[in-house]
Amino acid sequence: MSDVLLDVKNVKKYFKTPKGILHAVDDVTFSINRGETLGVVGESGCGKSTTGRVVLRLLEPTEGSIILDGENISKLSEAKLRSKRKEMQMIFQDPLASLDPRKTVGQIIEEPLRIHNIISSSKDRQKRVLELMETVGLAQRYYSTYPHELDGGRRQRIGIARALSVNPKFIVCDEPVSALDVSIQAQILNLLEDLQKQMGLTYMFITHDLSVVHHFSDNIAVMYLGKIIELAPSDELFAAPTHPYTQALLSAIPVPKLENRRERIILKGEITSPINLPKACRFASRCIYATEQCLHGEPELKEVAPGHKVACYRAESTDKT
Amino acid sequence: MSEEKAYALEIENLKVEYHVDKEVVHALNGISFKLAKGETIGLVGETGAGKTTTGLSVLRLIPSPPGVVSGTIKVQGEDIGTLSEKQMESIRGNVVSMIFQDPMTSLNPTKTVENQIAEVIRLHEKCGKKESVEKARTMLEMVGIPGDRGVEFPHQFSGGMKQRVVIAMALACSPEILIADEPTTALDVTIQAQVLDMIRDLKKQYNMSMIMITHDLGIVAEICDTVAIVYAGQIVEYGTLEDIFNSTAHPYTVGLFGSLPNMDDRTQRLKPIPGLMPDPTKLPQGCTFCPRCPHATEKCRTERPTLVNIGGEHQVACHLFKEG
Ligand SMILES: Nc1ncnc2c1ncn2[C@@H]1O[C@H](COP(=O)(O)OP(=O)(O)OP(=O)(O)O)[C@@H](O)[C@H]1O
Ligand SMILES: Nc1ncnc2c1ncn2[C@@H]1O[C@H](COP(=O)(O)OP(=O)(O)O)[C@@H](O)[C@H]1O
Ligand code: SF4
Ligand code: SF4
Ligand SMILES: [Mg+2]
Ligand SMILES: [Mg+2]
Repeated sequence: MSDVLLDVKNVKKYFKTPKGILHAVDDVTFSINRGETLGVVGESGCGKSTTGRVVLRLLEPTEGSIILDGENISKLSEAKLRSKRKEMQMIFQDPLASLDPRKTVGQIIEEPLRIHNIISSSKDRQKRVLELMETVGLAQRYYSTYPHELDGGRRQRIGIARALSVNPKFIVCDEPVSALDVSIQAQILNLLEDLQKQMGLTYMFITHDLSVVHHFSDNIAVMYLGKIIELAPSDELFAAPTHPYTQALLSAIPVPKLENRRERIILKGEITSPINLPKACRFASRCIYATEQCLHGEPELKEVAPGHKVACYRAESTDKT
Repeated sequence: MSEEKAYALEIENLKVEYHVDKEVVHALNGISFKLAKGETIGLVGETGAGKTTTGLSVLRLIPSPPGVVSGTIKVQGEDIGTLSEKQMESIRGNVVSMIFQDPMTSLNPTKTVENQIAEVIRLHEKCGKKESVEKARTMLEMVGIPGDRGVEFPHQFSGGMKQRVVIAMALACSPEILIADEPTTALDVTIQAQVLDMIRDLKKQYNMSMIMITHDLGIVAEICDTVAIVYAGQIVEYGTLEDIFNSTAHPYTVGLFGSLPNMDDRTQRLKPIPGLMPDPTKLPQGCTFCPRCPHATEKCRTERPTLVNIGGEHQVACHLFKEG
């Protein structure tokens, strides 16, 4: 029995820009089971962060429904949403930009406890903050320091402790380790994994690092220009990438090994603009397999194997035996 | 080695300190390596290890104050410490070029792309405006940008295109040595693949020597001939690709590989290096990796290991290894 925590259906987010309507997120549908991780990958500007923010309703969706633990949050009033916010949190790439520089580590982690009135006595709050610091591996002596005095890894631990303070069910991690050196990155990834197991957390994990996403996710959604173009279990995606973009993306990973080097697919051609999109496959301008059909219609995300969905005419027609 | 190799670059005991607020940042603590003609060395290490400082030293661009530099650097056999500022100018660009991590630090937002490249060409070659612009367009084509887009301004280009323009600028005077400081860190992997491909082709075409500064061991495996692992301003391991990837020796290098996800088994837990790189103003007396090293002994705490040869070109600075 799968136990769906987050169910996102036909969500769109359009922005008005001077040049026209920008389709940042253009009809995405996916779900995440309780306690699992969905990795979201794709090139810069493809709509990963916007998807994460819309799902948390930090941005209003243009269309679509977002159901978190059985409740449709896309229609909730501000007041109701406020209490629902405790259940869903976000961890950012650059903790320094997201942490108030005038507050100490203790004050930053304490804030959500105060705002959501979770613990009213300030003494108990302090106790809880120290507990949280221990959970994320921050020594107590940093309680009164300021985030800018700390290194990137510790700052990320503050962001994690703050997100955990309200006991969320669901966390969107937006490039949480991208700014960190590999040795520190591994520390933080292990921490996030441990927390997931201990607390049954569900993650949406946004990254552009493909080896990290493979390691960290149960399922992976590959986005291209606002759409999910392939969605599959992590190992399946890496073993049998099916969309031509996914194939190019995976072949481009620099592998830190001398043996079994893969043949690279180098993409050519211009990236289609997310404004004034033609009614065609969005990848057609760079796709070596593009045909007439691809220029006259948009392929839909369809299942090609159990749990493996692809949006490509070629994948639909290829007989996979 | 029987034959004398021709070296494009020889660095001997390079030390750089930055004196700031009564503190001394020990950025480089005696770095030595040689780069053979036409070869690529990878400088790998975490933030603050001293990679950029090494690159800037070769161009004699360490700001002073606060920088204090010692040691010798020979470019094509010539000790750059003895050159006048004017002679150094002609080395920069003509002989050694550097690609900086952030393309915008090298691009002027108010000038067209082709004019910027043309200016660099005119600085180093005797030619007129028209001829230099024509050359600039050829350079753009070479890095995969249609020549007629040269009339555009940097903000009209995507990140990957800007980085390619910077590369075109660095190559405009066909340098003998190219220093590439994390040239693809800011790029998407598909664009990174394009840029790396291009760098590899150009390198072959011009028989350039290159210093590739990166923290990505995957890039090293694809581009480099030799590798220097830099930790707290010191080379802790040096060797060929085979030495570093298949006979990894130094505990720090072992830790770097352990921190990477295993692509063949996603469930395998990562093995991070505990702790942090030491504060460069307060380096430990002994081995700088000692506070994070699982093999540390009393000797490691008091005595700093120096590089020893452990076979072929493979060198390690660690008390676990003996010469031989
Ligand atoms: N507030 C906004 N107004 C207009 N356009 C926006 C806004 N926010 C995002 N966009 C556009 O929406 C698209 C998706 O942006 P988003 O930040 O979600 O990308 P991303 O996949 O997270 O990229 P990155 O990997 O660079 O973080 C981009 O074209 C971006 O320029
Ligand atoms: N201009 C400067 N003034 C003071 N300290 C500096 C300066 N430039 C670099 N440093 C210090 O020197 C050390 C090495 O820096 P750098 O060469 O930039 O490392 P990397 O490129 O490996 O990240 C760091 O501790 C850094 O903070
Ligand atoms: S639908 Fe056509 S253009 Fe689009 S990815 Fe598939 S083959 Fe390529
Ligand atoms: S010298 Fe000692 S502390 Fe340093 S890396 Fe070797 S074993 Fe570890
Ligand atoms: Mg983003
Ligand atoms: Mg640097």
